Amino acid sequence: MQDQDVIREFLVESHENLSRLDQELVELEKHPKDAELLASIFRTIHTIKGTCGFLAFSTLERITHQAESLLSQLRDGRRELCPSLVSLILDTVDATRKVLASIEASGEEGPDRFEELTERLQVASQSRDGRESRPDPGLTPGSAAEHAESNGSSEHSEDKKRDDDAAKSSAVADANIRVGVGLLDKLMDLVGELVLTRNQILQFNTEREDAALNVTSQRLNLITTELQEGVMKTRMQPIGMVWNKLPRVVRDMAVALGKQIRLEMDGAETELDRTIIEAIKDPLVHLVRNSCDHGVESPEVRVRAGKPPQGRLNLRAYHEGGQVNIEIGDDGAGIDVAQVKQKAIEKGLLRPEQSDKLTDREALNLVFQPGFSTAKTVTNVSGRGVGMDVVKSNIEKIGGVVDVFSRPGEGTTVKLKIPLTLAIIPGLVIMSGGERFVIPQVSLLELIRLEGDSGEKHIERVHGTPVYRRRGSLLPIAYLNQVLGLESAERAEVVSMVVLQAEDRQFGLVVDGINDTQEIVVKPLGKQMKGLTVYAGATIMGDGRVALILDVLGIGQRSGVLAESREQARAAAEQKMQSGIEQQRLLLFRAGSFERLAVPLSLVARLEEFPQSSIEHAGGCQVVQYRNRILPLIPLRAVLESGAADQDQTVDPVQVIVFNDGDRSVGVVVDQILDVAEETVTVRQKTGRKGLLGSAVVGKRVADFLDLNQVIRTAAEDWFQSTGGSANGKRILVAEASAFSRGLIRSGFDMAGYQVLEAANLDEAIRGLEQHPVDVVVTALDLPPSGSSALLTAMRRRTEWQGIPILALADSAEQVRARAGQAAGFQDCQVKFDREAMLGSVARLASTLASSEAAPVCAGEER
Amino acid sequence: MGTDTATMKSVLAQTSGQFSTFFVADLFFGVDVLRVQEVLRFQQMTRVPQAPDVIEGLINLRGQIVTAIDMRRRLRLPPRAGGQTPMNMVVRTEDGAVSLLVDEIGDVLDVDAATYERPPENLDPAARDLIRGVYKLKDRLLLVLDAERTVDLAAGRAV
Repeated sequence: MQDQDVIREFLVESHENLSRLDQELVELEKHPKDAELLASIFRTIHTIKGTCGFLAFSTLERITHQAESLLSQLRDGRRELCPSLVSLILDTVDATRKVLASIEASGEEGPDRFEELTERLQVASQSRDGRESRPDPGLTPGSAAEHAESNGSSEHSEDKKRDDDAAKSSAVADANIRVGVGLLDKLMDLVGELVLTRNQILQFNTEREDAALNVTSQRLNLITTELQEGVMKTRMQPIGMVWNKLPRVVRDMAVALGKQIRLEMDGAETELDRTIIEAIKDPLVHLVRNSCDHGVESPEVRVRAGKPPQGRLNLRAYHEGGQVNIEIGDDGAGIDVAQVKQKAIEKGLLRPEQSDKLTDREALNLVFQPGFSTAKTVTNVSGRGVGMDVVKSNIEKIGGVVDVFSRPGEGTTVKLKIPLTLAIIPGLVIMSGGERFVIPQVSLLELIRLEGDSGEKHIERVHGTPVYRRRGSLLPIAYLNQVLGLESAERAEVVSMVVLQAEDRQFGLVVDGINDTQEIVVKPLGKQMKGLTVYAGATIMGDGRVALILDVLGIGQRSGVLAESREQARAAAEQKMQSGIEQQRLLLFRAGSFERLAVPLSLVARLEEFPQSSIEHAGGCQVVQYRNRILPLIPLRAVLESGAADQDQTVDPVQVIVFNDGDRSVGVVVDQILDVAEETVTVRQKTGRKGLLGSAVVGKRVADFLDLNQVIRTAAEDWFQSTGGSANGKRILVAEASAFSRGLIRSGFDMAGYQVLEAANLDEAIRGLEQHPVDVVVTALDLPPSGSSALLTAMRRRTEWQGIPILALADSAEQVRARAGQAAGFQDCQVKFDREAMLGSVARLASTLASSEAAPVCAGEER
Repeated sequence: MGTDTATMKSVLAQTSGQFSTFFVADLFFGVDVLRVQEVLRFQQMTRVPQAPDVIEGLINLRGQIVTAIDMRRRLRLPPRAGGQTPMNMVVRTEDGAVSLLVDEIGDVLDVDAATYERPPENLDPAARDLIRGVYKLKDRLLLVLDAERTVDLAAGRAV
């Protein structure tokens, strides 16, 4: 028994030593003269050898002994390091690992005596002088032996000096002790229990008026919280634990592929829960191998492309908003989007007609599809069509997200977003059938409360299937009571519904009641309940009772809402792809004979009502006093129906839509505010009518879109002239394919006093730039024919355009975030119809330009 | 959870010849005393909707979540009379602690190995799988419960 313990201790220690060796050896290859490093490597090998002798593991002792003599020669300066030697020592490390694994499994060293390796080591250490070695990085270990043999003289190595170094242990080791994971888990459980007891005592305390108890329980509270944090921290490990083995991986890959790759690591001290570290280990190695294999090009290709021959692989880890971000970036060739699409079509993952509609980002995400691989040749390291999808599913399993960004010729970055810990998650406590359940917050989108004479009325049925109209789209609904077979409560007046997201689909879950959110400790269920997909685990609540944690995906599947909505989601996605339409929130109103007018809600500052009596006249305009200012009013009816001007207002109070522009406001008088619609705007038509941009179908009925700019100019030109545009006549170019969208974007800038040039595609944009000096370029990301990056490239090619800042417009906030993670080359990126953000950004960029003219700093470098 | 599985296994493999006894309906059962972690009065329980009906619910055993299995239903016996609350007999298994809900707890008994016999062949299939053998005590029969099979709900199903 005693012996077993010693051996286990030896195994643990040796494994640690070996991973350090990997790293140090690679380091040594870069700095062959580093005596300290060499001494450390020598020490490690020496320690292993010593313990092997003690425990009578003869094979291991023989191998490490030979490696040690080799290293002592290096250390004493009697031989110089060459890659073949490093490979040889790394081989020794591998052999040692194999033997250790065998000892771990069977207690024996295993049948392999590693004679060939021992011989090579012996030959190498006996060769007279290593200085003549050819420093050929591609040299295989086998040829190293031959090479050493050709030198073939036999000067015996001196007896190794037992250095004091060997006894000297590092300071770090002294400050640490090793603790079994089992003990930590147990501590974690106990602390959880203590927290519960603490909660009960605090509860108890509030019921009594006892000063002494009060003070004691406060102290207990504090100490427990601190203890909890401390114990949580013991489970945290720096991500460097996983990264340690990557230098070796990269080095081996580089040698095998004949590439030169420099590995940079940033944020190795970033801490994660050990269960998570465990879970991301394999995906991370896979991604790194992928970058080495497909990302970084061979030196010749790199030189031809004007890059340094040595490729760069960058690992970055950092905390952000309770999550850890890990980025694996390379400066290689990037992913060829066209090739990805082509491949996807070949593999049947994509239909040819869909491929044109895909944005670059969507196309890049195809690499996560099962069975996808863009590698032209299948190598033994990657390109077998399994991998990225596995990476994605593994990361998603622990609640993480994977994203890939790539720029042709500049490299690829894969970004992982990972939760800090799995053990404690925020959850929403809900009631159903008299029981409490917890829903993990990550799956929760929103809470909906339906009341009125009968909340049930809001839920409609399609062929018996309950659905709810949520901002214009149908949300399938499941009743938790039915899914779990619990007795339903009386049909309540108020219906509480949680909107959940499972994978990429959404559904509503009707529950009896919604309590509050809590941090919960997730505990697994016993194996008797393994078959129950509706639960993700259980937790203990503050009152000491157990509550079940719902598995959102399982609930969705069991109730059948997901199978259905998957189809719907696909249909909707396809429909969107086919028509290329945008979705936005619109304010609908009525004025005169125009029954349905619309403006984007993002342009609207406020909706106001003014009594007729408060309207005054100033400078031939109707005005009201509004927030200590004079607000000019524009009677929309008069503008649109020129003949009907100056009719008496029949409505009292007057309905006014207030539009803001910086510090100025203008009110547009309408007859009635109708609705706010979040609509997919379909069929559109441009009209020549004054004050209107065009017509579109909104909510199954046609609505006219107001040309706000024109309306305001027509009615209150003087007012505009007198105040002057805040933008001082700066000229901007708006490049956007859809004339309709362009008009909307334009109206925002027009109002702010910019001169606006329009362009529908790349050619028009370039023509515009050639014809007029432009201060800022605003371009949609999906500018035809090939996206906004083409415009960027074109502009960066012409010296006179290099300084012009570019604002990219994305369709969604998600896209903006995606852009932010990438060195896109644009100065800024905003959502297409977010007027405030757009204007703010352009104002900032315009002033950037001004300052960049003063100082010769290229604005293009600012991010 | 924190206990080393290896030591756990070795504990589970040991037998003491002593049995903790309990009653389920009119049956008299015994479990090796080393397997019994503790005996509790009826605890507040959280129901698990959709779970197999032998699972009565989950209890919080000092921060550990323990599954409670109703022995009456496990053995396909008629339900307890109203008002009779079962006892929790918490046994250690390879997958952690599991609570068996029994009618009544008996004494710890030393048994004579010579009185051991295989269970009768004509035993109800639901019970036969879970009963390892029978000790013929002076006044009654002590049925040796196989705790591992009892908590493995797949066992005893195949008839």
